[in-house]
Amino acid sequence: MSLLQLENLSVTFGNFRAVDNISYKLEEGEVLGIVGESGSGKSVSSLSVMGLIDFPGKVGANQLTFAGQDLQAMPEKQRRKLTGSDIAMIFQDPMTSLNPCFSVGYQIIEALKTHQGGSKKALKQRAIELLTQVGIPAPESRLNNYPHQLSGGMSQRVMIAMAIACNPRLLIADEPTTALDVTIQAQIIDLLIELQRKKKMGLVLITHDLALVAEVAHRVIVMYAGQIVESGPAAEVFRTPKHPYTQALLASLPESSSGKARLEALPGVVPGQYDRPQGCLLSPRCPYAQEQCHKVEPDNQGPLDRQVKCHTPLDSEGRPAA
Amino acid sequence: MFQFIFRRLSLVIPTFIGITLLTFTLIHMIPGDPIEVMAGERGVSPERHAELSAQLGLDKPLYEQYFHYVVGIAQGDLGQSLVTREPVMNEFLTLFPATVELAICAAIFAILVGLPAGIFAAVKRGTVLDHSVMTLSLTGYSMPIFWWALLLMLVFSVTLGWTPVSGRIDVVYWIDNTTGFMLIDSWLSGEEGAFKSAVSHLILPSIVLGTIPMAVIARMTRSSMLEVLSEDYIRTARAKGIAPWRVIVIHALRNALIPVITVIGLQVGTLLSGAILTETVFAWPGIGKWLIESISRRDYPVVQGGILIVATIIIVVNLLVDIAYGVVNPRIRHNR
Repeated sequence: MSLLQLENLSVTFGNFRAVDNISYKLEEGEVLGIVGESGSGKSVSSLSVMGLIDFPGKVGANQLTFAGQDLQAMPEKQRRKLTGSDIAMIFQDPMTSLNPCFSVGYQIIEALKTHQGGSKKALKQRAIELLTQVGIPAPESRLNNYPHQLSGGMSQRVMIAMAIACNPRLLIADEPTTALDVTIQAQIIDLLIELQRKKKMGLVLITHDLALVAEVAHRVIVMYAGQIVESGPAAEVFRTPKHPYTQALLASLPESSSGKARLEALPGVVPGQYDRPQGCLLSPRCPYAQEQCHKVEPDNQGPLDRQVKCHTPLDSEGRPAA
Repeated sequence: MFQFIFRRLSLVIPTFIGITLLTFTLIHMIPGDPIEVMAGERGVSPERHAELSAQLGLDKPLYEQYFHYVVGIAQGDLGQSLVTREPVMNEFLTLFPATVELAICAAIFAILVGLPAGIFAAVKRGTVLDHSVMTLSLTGYSMPIFWWALLLMLVFSVTLGWTPVSGRIDVVYWIDNTTGFMLIDSWLSGEEGAFKSAVSHLILPSIVLGTIPMAVIARMTRSSMLEVLSEDYIRTARAKGIAPWRVIVIHALRNALIPVITVIGLQVGTLLSGAILTETVFAWPGIGKWLIESISRRDYPVVQGGILIVATIIIVVNLLVDIAYGVVNPRIRHNR
């Protein structure tokens, strides 16, 4: 039984499909990287797993299960018991994600109190332990600090402490380092991976950082305009990308353009609400697009653990199949 | 924090000078003079007029009168009423509790209704409830106080007979003036029905006076809540799996209250100026009615002194609001 299983999950806002029929699985202790450019539905799909999509957003799926429990059929109250305890999430901007009116201690203890309870003293002790675990020096005095007294890196550590407070089995990290300094980024990722290994959590890592995914993720999902265009073991996807979009993403890395005056880039932008093309969503930007690409939406091809949504997947040389 | 309060206090002095200048100039710009008004229809002979003027110090040039007035204030003396010959401060202190009582009840009404209305409107954004709350509050805000008072009086006092038309308590009760607050005094008196009568006299004036602040508080709470509800930390709170009411009441409201508290503080000015109209319509014996009457009598010291005291109160309340702001908002507390 998988820890998290989505089948044909869609999130719609009115007529706009922010997430379009995505399916994936996550096993216990597995690290899954989700990459794609801004607006490709990475965050929205994760928020829907947390149950944090608000009206007018609508979530629908053939299957949305956590450790065998159907998240969609569950009453609201029962689902809230899972959120924050078994499924936890950390967000992109730690400086705005902590409530400025409450002390760090209050916010961590609140998470503990909601799901586990315990005496005031025990809760405080546990909060100090958590702060130690995420590498915050002098945790006792930090408990009384307010968020505005912390740096970005510190705030993100507090966010992580809050997320792991109830020993979650699944942790979703939504671009956890985007808002941080480069020097802090590596520390935060190291901390996350260390905690993930120690606690054997499933980790969904949403990021723009392809190198990071290649390094730490077991499997990777590439999203484009709300759809999964390619998925598979991280090393394989990055070594021999089968989808033209993945290929273009990799080509746009500065490392791939060494010696060239300009970085490689796909022309055009991600289609929005009003300019969704017929057929394959990438077809207007795809260098290999053929006539059928503009007319028929491709199906997912290949074995379950290595899928690609393309009429003419690329071969190992990076050329489209005939 | 101490430095912060001190700095705020030093700004008060120029404000005071401005107020004394303004009230002095404005009241002396109104045509007519107090002696003519006192004399009434029969008029007064020029000799008697000059005699009285000299007695009241009204024959001196204006700058000298102003100087005399300011020196008096500096010594804590606001002067005497030209009409009753009572010190202004004494008259004020006798009447002030009535206004405070009315203003407090109006503020309680405004907060009790305005705050929840604003929260509901924000949480149920875009629904019929939201639109009706906002329409009602806009109507309340735009309502002329005197007209609103007469309307309520007509419906509830005259037609339905539920509440009395005017005054603080029925004439059949004779209540000792212990604290000056009718609710407390009537309670202490132990007279049967007195407290009930005092309450029923307070209802309509409080609603009338509280309507504009209520509308302002409701609108401010709504917009402040809406802003806060879209913040990242609200998403974090929800991601912790805490109950929705807790997200709204603990995490959102605490942040949303920061601007609302400022607005509530600013409404003290509205309450005191609104009291002038409300008290006049409901024959409420407070400082509003007192000021209006003293203007029509050209009772210069009363108008000047009364406005100065009211202005002082508003300044003090605003200062208290600033301090309360620091208590609610840790970011301000620590920056000082």
